Amino acid sequence: MSQEPSNAPEFSVSELSGAIKRRLEDDFGNVRVRGEMGRVTIARSGHVYVDLKDANAVLSAVMWKGVAAALRFRPEEGMEVIATGKISTFPGSSKYQLIIERLEPAGVGALLAQLEERRKRLAAEGLFDPARKQALPYLPEVIGVVSSPTGAVIKDILHRLSERFPVHVLLWPVLVQGDKAADQVARAIAGFNRLPADGAVPRPDVLIVARGGGSIEDLWAFNEEVVVRAAAASTIPLISAIGHETDTTLIDFASDRRAPTPTGAAEMAVPVRLELQERVNLTGARLSRAMVRGLERGRIELRAAAARLPRPDTLFNAARQRMDVLELRFGPSLRNLMSIKGHGLAAIGGRLRPQVLRQDITRKQALVGGLEQRLTAAFTRRTLSERDALTRAAQRLDVASQRLSAALSRHIDLKSRQLAGQASLLEALSYRSALARGFAVVRTEKGTVVRGKAEVRPDARLTLTFVDGEVKVRATDGPVQASLFD
Amino acid sequence: MSGAADASQTNLAELSFEAALDELENLVAKLESGQASLEESISLYERGALLKAHCEDRLKRAQMRVDQIVESPQGVGLEPARLG
Repeated sequence: MSQEPSNAPEFSVSELSGAIKRRLEDDFGNVRVRGEMGRVTIARSGHVYVDLKDANAVLSAVMWKGVAAALRFRPEEGMEVIATGKISTFPGSSKYQLIIERLEPAGVGALLAQLEERRKRLAAEGLFDPARKQALPYLPEVIGVVSSPTGAVIKDILHRLSERFPVHVLLWPVLVQGDKAADQVARAIAGFNRLPADGAVPRPDVLIVARGGGSIEDLWAFNEEVVVRAAAASTIPLISAIGHETDTTLIDFASDRRAPTPTGAAEMAVPVRLELQERVNLTGARLSRAMVRGLERGRIELRAAAARLPRPDTLFNAARQRMDVLELRFGPSLRNLMSIKGHGLAAIGGRLRPQVLRQDITRKQALVGGLEQRLTAAFTRRTLSERDALTRAAQRLDVASQRLSAALSRHIDLKSRQLAGQASLLEALSYRSALARGFAVVRTEKGTVVRGKAEVRPDARLTLTFVDGEVKVRATDGPVQASLFD
Repeated sequence: MSGAADASQTNLAELSFEAALDELENLVAKLESGQASLEESISLYERGALLKAHCEDRLKRAQMRVDQIVESPQGVGLEPARLG
């Protein structure tokens, strides 16, 4: 049997095995493979050996201890998984295997399990704490929306916003589905948060992260850790609105508010302008009414205060009456004094005429009426100063009245003393002192004083008045014979 | 001046709509209670009128505007939104 020598180079087994290893690792350095897990063996070393299989093929796979320890679920036989890693060979036994770097469950049930596991882990970190929730602003000026620029979601949001309260909307366009979605959404949230308060691009007062409905796989980006962390880290209050009301993604736990729909997010973000307008109008009307009522109350109080002011004539009526009495009793002798005091009184009284005060009060009331428009506040002080002036005038009047009274008393005393003097003078000049010196008064029967003998008829009955009494006598003679004793 | 009076001196321009409306409503309630003196009432009224104007101004200038973020090496900028 002859054999042609070949030009093909000869490899050693090790060389060939090494070449195959390099080729495999180059071509299959990063593969993602989906399959069902066969028997799972956990070696004492901690490495995990598992077969991935489908209907027609089997692939040996190994997870080194470190990767296996980081798994967030327990790999079990029959579980549908997606493994990521590289193909390598094991030159010692001419076998190839998948070295698993990442292992995820596949299928809805597995996804939900993974979701729950992730939720618990992030919750344990405190990312969903109620204490972290921020209040939404009452009336935002700028709203940042992280969503797809295409489709109904952004249109629904804009439509509802413009219906309720028109605002400035900044849309950060992102993919909301697929491999790149999570990173883009996270970058957009962080990007809005990095905007300075006074930069060229206004910093939003509130963020809405929104996506329309879809399958759990469609919404998966919003379960990714990077998105959840970005939402939790947002210092701008954030509303999440992912899918329909029944869909819950992890961003909903981290957001400050969860909206059931994108439209619902718009309703949370802004109040209704017309309602606010109504509230402002009503409050403004209440303000005006309360002010008018306050002024009216002030006016009534002023009237009441004016009515409590003592009537000016009552302040000096009593004094004037006393003076009238004295004038009547003492007449012209007091006129001079009266006139002096009267002038003083008239000067004070003139200033106190009710009409003048009333005019003043009327003017003050007119001023207060003016306040309704100008709302100046001066009248309270003015009323007080008027009252003070009146009080001062009353005090002056009091003093004057006391002085007048004292002066009148002094005059009455003087006149009384003068009267007493006159009485004693009169007494001194009386005829009675002559009787005391031995004279007598002769009167007729009728009481007429007899001044000479011619007045005495014969036989007339006469009365002689001595200092100590009277004696009745009869004239025995006519005017010729004036003898008393016969 | 009391602390409340100081708070009411807050510059209107810096006052949020909500804070202005709250202050206005509190002030009206005080005025309606009739406990304020006439002079106090007048300054309350004047402050109230300013607050009301401030709120109305904010409501009046509400306007819809939609911009879209564009990223470039220089940072982020704005352009009119192109909604598909």
